[in-house]
Amino acid sequence: MSSIAKGKKMFDWAIVRPAILDSFCKLSPRRQFRNPVMFVVLVGSILTSLLFVQALLGKGEAGPWFILGISFWLWFTVLFANFAEAMAEGHGRAQADSLRKARKDLVAKKLSNPRRDSSLEMVLASLLKKGDVVLVEAGDYIPIDGEVIEGVASVDESAVTGESAPVIRESGGDRSAVTGGTRVISDWLVIRVTAESGNTFLDRMIAMVEGAKRQKTPNEIALTILLAALTIVFLVVCATLLPFSYYSVLQAHQDQSRVVTITVLVALLVCLAPTTIGALLSAIGIAGMSRLSQANVVAMSGRAVEAAGDVDVLLLDKTGTITLGNRQATEFIAADGVSMEDLADAAQLASLADETPEGRSIVVLAKQQYNLRGRDIEKLGAKFIPFSAQTRMSGVDLDNRHIRKGAVDAIEQFVKSRGGVIPDKVRLASQNVAKNGGTPLVVADGAKALGVIHLKDIVKGGIKERFGDLRRMGIKTVMITGDNPMTAAAIAAEAGVDDFLAEATPEAKLELIRRYQAHGHLVAMTGDGTNDAPALAQADVAVAMNTGTQAAKEAGNMVDLDSNPTKLLDIVQIGKQTLMTRGALTTFSIANDVAKYFAIIPAAFALTYPSLNTLNVMALATPNSAILSAVIFNAIIIVFLIPLALKGVKYRPMPATQLLRKNLLIYGVGGLIVPFIGIKLIDMLLVVLHLV
Amino acid sequence: MTYGIIQIVLFLSVVLLLVKPLGWYMTRVYENKPCGLDRILGPVERAIYRLCGVNPANEMGWKRYTVAMLAFNAAGFIVLYALMRLQGFLPLNPQHFPAVPSDMAFNTAVSFITNTNWQAYGGETTMSYLTQMLGLAVQNFVSAASGMAVLVALIRGFVRRNSQTIGNFWVDLTRSLLYILIPLSLIIAILLASQGVVQTFKAYPTATLVEPITMADGNSVTEQTIAVGPTASQIAIKHLGTNGGGFFNANSAHPLENPTPLSNFLEMLAIILIPGALCYTFGKMAGDTKQGWAILASMVIIFICLLALCCWSEQKGTPQLISAGADLQASSTQSGGNMEGKEVRFGIFNSALFATTTTGTSCGAVNSMHDSYTPLGGMVPMWLIQLGEVIFGGVGSGLYGMLAFAILTVFIAGLMVGRTPEYLGKKIESYEMKMASLVILLPIFLALVGTAVAVATKAGQAGAFNPGPHGFSEILYGYSSATNNNGSAFGGLSCNTPFYNYTLAIAMLGGRYLFKILMLAIAGSLAAKKYVPASAGTLSTSDSMFVILLISVVIVVGALSFIPALALGPIVEHLMMIGR
Repeated sequence: MSSIAKGKKMFDWAIVRPAILDSFCKLSPRRQFRNPVMFVVLVGSILTSLLFVQALLGKGEAGPWFILGISFWLWFTVLFANFAEAMAEGHGRAQADSLRKARKDLVAKKLSNPRRDSSLEMVLASLLKKGDVVLVEAGDYIPIDGEVIEGVASVDESAVTGESAPVIRESGGDRSAVTGGTRVISDWLVIRVTAESGNTFLDRMIAMVEGAKRQKTPNEIALTILLAALTIVFLVVCATLLPFSYYSVLQAHQDQSRVVTITVLVALLVCLAPTTIGALLSAIGIAGMSRLSQANVVAMSGRAVEAAGDVDVLLLDKTGTITLGNRQATEFIAADGVSMEDLADAAQLASLADETPEGRSIVVLAKQQYNLRGRDIEKLGAKFIPFSAQTRMSGVDLDNRHIRKGAVDAIEQFVKSRGGVIPDKVRLASQNVAKNGGTPLVVADGAKALGVIHLKDIVKGGIKERFGDLRRMGIKTVMITGDNPMTAAAIAAEAGVDDFLAEATPEAKLELIRRYQAHGHLVAMTGDGTNDAPALAQADVAVAMNTGTQAAKEAGNMVDLDSNPTKLLDIVQIGKQTLMTRGALTTFSIANDVAKYFAIIPAAFALTYPSLNTLNVMALATPNSAILSAVIFNAIIIVFLIPLALKGVKYRPMPATQLLRKNLLIYGVGGLIVPFIGIKLIDMLLVVLHLV
Repeated sequence: MTYGIIQIVLFLSVVLLLVKPLGWYMTRVYENKPCGLDRILGPVERAIYRLCGVNPANEMGWKRYTVAMLAFNAAGFIVLYALMRLQGFLPLNPQHFPAVPSDMAFNTAVSFITNTNWQAYGGETTMSYLTQMLGLAVQNFVSAASGMAVLVALIRGFVRRNSQTIGNFWVDLTRSLLYILIPLSLIIAILLASQGVVQTFKAYPTATLVEPITMADGNSVTEQTIAVGPTASQIAIKHLGTNGGGFFNANSAHPLENPTPLSNFLEMLAIILIPGALCYTFGKMAGDTKQGWAILASMVIIFICLLALCCWSEQKGTPQLISAGADLQASSTQSGGNMEGKEVRFGIFNSALFATTTTGTSCGAVNSMHDSYTPLGGMVPMWLIQLGEVIFGGVGSGLYGMLAFAILTVFIAGLMVGRTPEYLGKKIESYEMKMASLVILLPIFLALVGTAVAVATKAGQAGAFNPGPHGFSEILYGYSSATNNNGSAFGGLSCNTPFYNYTLAIAMLGGRYLFKILMLAIAGSLAAKKYVPASAGTLSTSDSMFVILLISVVIVVGALSFIPALALGPIVEHLMMIGR
């Protein structure tokens, strides 16, 4: 899905064409009314159209072609705003379409009893009710969201996640949730339906990326209020200009025909009203959701995206987020009287048949450091002793040797049972390893402890720098781990997180979130297990892993389809970007007004007071060309800024003050200057084309 | 010229020096901590509470606070209106003034309870001593105190967390009066009296003219009646409370109201002192004095820029004066420049400084006629009023107005740093935006619509003395002044007509009370919110960047809403004057 969406260019014809059509459909006043700024423009368009008709009949307040020109561009202003929204929706819809392909109307094998061997009945998936039980066999599509209650199967979830490698789904535990529209590749599953048609995960995802069910977010509402207030201010300013002009004409003893026309006042109003941000506001919101889904994250509400920008505490699971999922052997520490080679050799023998990543890393280390090649355990005639929860050791029995590796206390028991002891040096070395954030494995051959293998958590490359960025943005990172405090502290220091929670239980996690929130912080976290659900529900931004349980997904307000916990950092960035884009375009929109005053005020009143022509600093050709240029600029700038609204303003992590200075320079000062140039250019073009 | 600049520097230095001690003192007063005077006045305060049946520990929610404030002001209106209508039957009326006409009494009562002090009357020819003292002067005190009370309630809104209450209106009112306004007035009144500001209950004396005047009808005038009265006591609070209603019609240009350069200095200082010091109080109460200094810095910068424009324009004079042969050069014997409508004892700089001070704050006392300023020089006071009276502004009202602008600023700037906006640890959400937007919208609406109604009706048009853009300026200034509770007049507007008396009264009422209600609503909403701790990602509201932003927002809002109107008034007048 992501590749399809990312592959679409900003102005792909397949998106642009329906967007153009949609721009006209969106003209309905009821839809426009939701956006007060654009509603005013719509009313202005209608008003000037009527004035044009009046002028055609010979009773106009100004030349019909001038009124038509203004009216024409006012309509375009509305259409451009609609187009921006339609474009944003179009990009979302492209993603939704690929999702929708997965939502064919499937036929389900409904079981009469929640057992595989009970009688079958074929029903349409759309008719399934919550609590029904269905059987899905190899090759079948899973008809609807559910929970596996029996069986293990590999499932192809690429339709939803874009990830082609199949995943295992099984009853119980954290991998029991299945999504409708995905396909079972091997084996079979008995599934209890958890969502009804129309309300499945896929349905909600489609609705969210399409923006169909989009509610205005709180900040969007607040901004809309501000924009509406500004529009009313300008409405008052423009409306009162009519009596002001009437009075001025009266005082100058001039003919009443010199009173400023309604057309000019409407043009002034539309130019002054924050139409740029008003037109792009909803596009920015939709695009924010859309960027999130491009990152393969599905937000269940726009509110969550906004909250992501505000998050100032991130709770990050150590494993998978901060460290690579697996520990690796980095060092051998031999006991007194034992050569390094012997230790490495024993360690390697003990690990040859150990297929865990840790085991493999020991073999690799032995090979790298002591040039010990991997041997075939079968040929040696050795017997592999796998890890078990009781012994908490693994190893090999070879001839008379009993080589074992495991945690200190486990090996101590093993050695003691054979009459040996753990030497102090080995004990000290394992303590040192633990203190430095590693996991010590002791290797023993029979009664003799040979030494220690240092298994290390490998902190992901570049993660320290990212945490540094976050700190500069004012975001605190907290590492959550099941490790003991000593190990946790060492890893926390190495990774550069601000704080850690060691020996974390789900309760401790929930408690920590509550504590931060009580101090006014906004907390984000990721989680996948059912035991994460309470904490996810408590957190302000809760990203559930798609591989996680249904409970986790229900509790979170976002789902990461890639199940990559590091994604949280991207989510924060997208949240901030969305807010920044709104702020930047609001500033730009307001700053634009200065130039528009210089264009329109002299043009509107120079008839009464020729002295006001001094304010025509852009030297615009005629009053009509000046007003028309301002209106055209006001309309066209919307189109020019659509890419910015859809992509969001650039964001690099930096402190607020720097960020503000940078954005103010670009969008504030830029917003002051750009319209002077733009309006002048349009005016020159109008003159060249003999349009005025 | 140099002396003028030295005067201004001296004035601003004294103001800034006094901000901290007075601001600190007021913090103690409002936080109910020992402030020194409580040893003497504490029993008085408690006696007042007992007498009025007020339980000072009884905290109010914002709605109750608002109702108390409105009820108190309504009662003040009724008493004042009755005093004016009945003054003919009441004592302390040595000149035997009759009842004030109903429309004028209505306008004046509204004007004084709203801290506007728009005066459609001449004090010395209309009001008895009793009306002046028991009516007008009392309102000068309490209208100022209710402005301060609302500000303190708003500050509590920022400071308190998860609280349903914002203080007790009666306590805030009483403490403002007892510990701040009355003691300061006493000091200023004595200092003014020492300069020759008159203070007496006697009837108006008559003096024989040294040079008798022959009138047009041939009668010779040999005697002059000199208006006097209990002036000094009333002038002190007129300035300290940013009221501005003069005892005499000529206001602070009158030699018995403002006789010397020192009294002029004191009167200007008294205007700006409390509004400036309240910024410090705000910072101190909010737990970070830098917040207060940032707000004050924004005010001072705008103040200095506009003052410079006014001084420059007045000193430069007009081409017409030059062509008429006037010497506009400043020298040791004359101040030069455009001296029309200015007192010779004040000159250009002290007139311009007074005009800027009185309009930046919502005082409205005048020591020169703004109507006679050059177009740009006169635009400065008008625009300062139109900015919403937030450049120092009225006592209390100036700062709460500026805080509304600050809320607007953090909203836009907050978005630009990628966070939903917050100010002093409180999230600014749609409720606050709704109220703050209305606060910004309201004065613009009232001033412009009021002017529009006046210029579009015969009754309104009749008021302007001058033709063309200047007449328009006179009307625009009037409604701007009333709406923003300044009370100064451009002059040249004959406003004592039922039309102006009633429409301006509506503007004053709307500008004062709707504004206050909205601010108290914000206070209530903020107080109930939890506190969001600051981090590196939080927008700083105390650094130079914020000061620049706040200035920009104030200026941009003021410019965008009033430039078209100003273009048809002072701007075009200036362009015509310089022959463009």
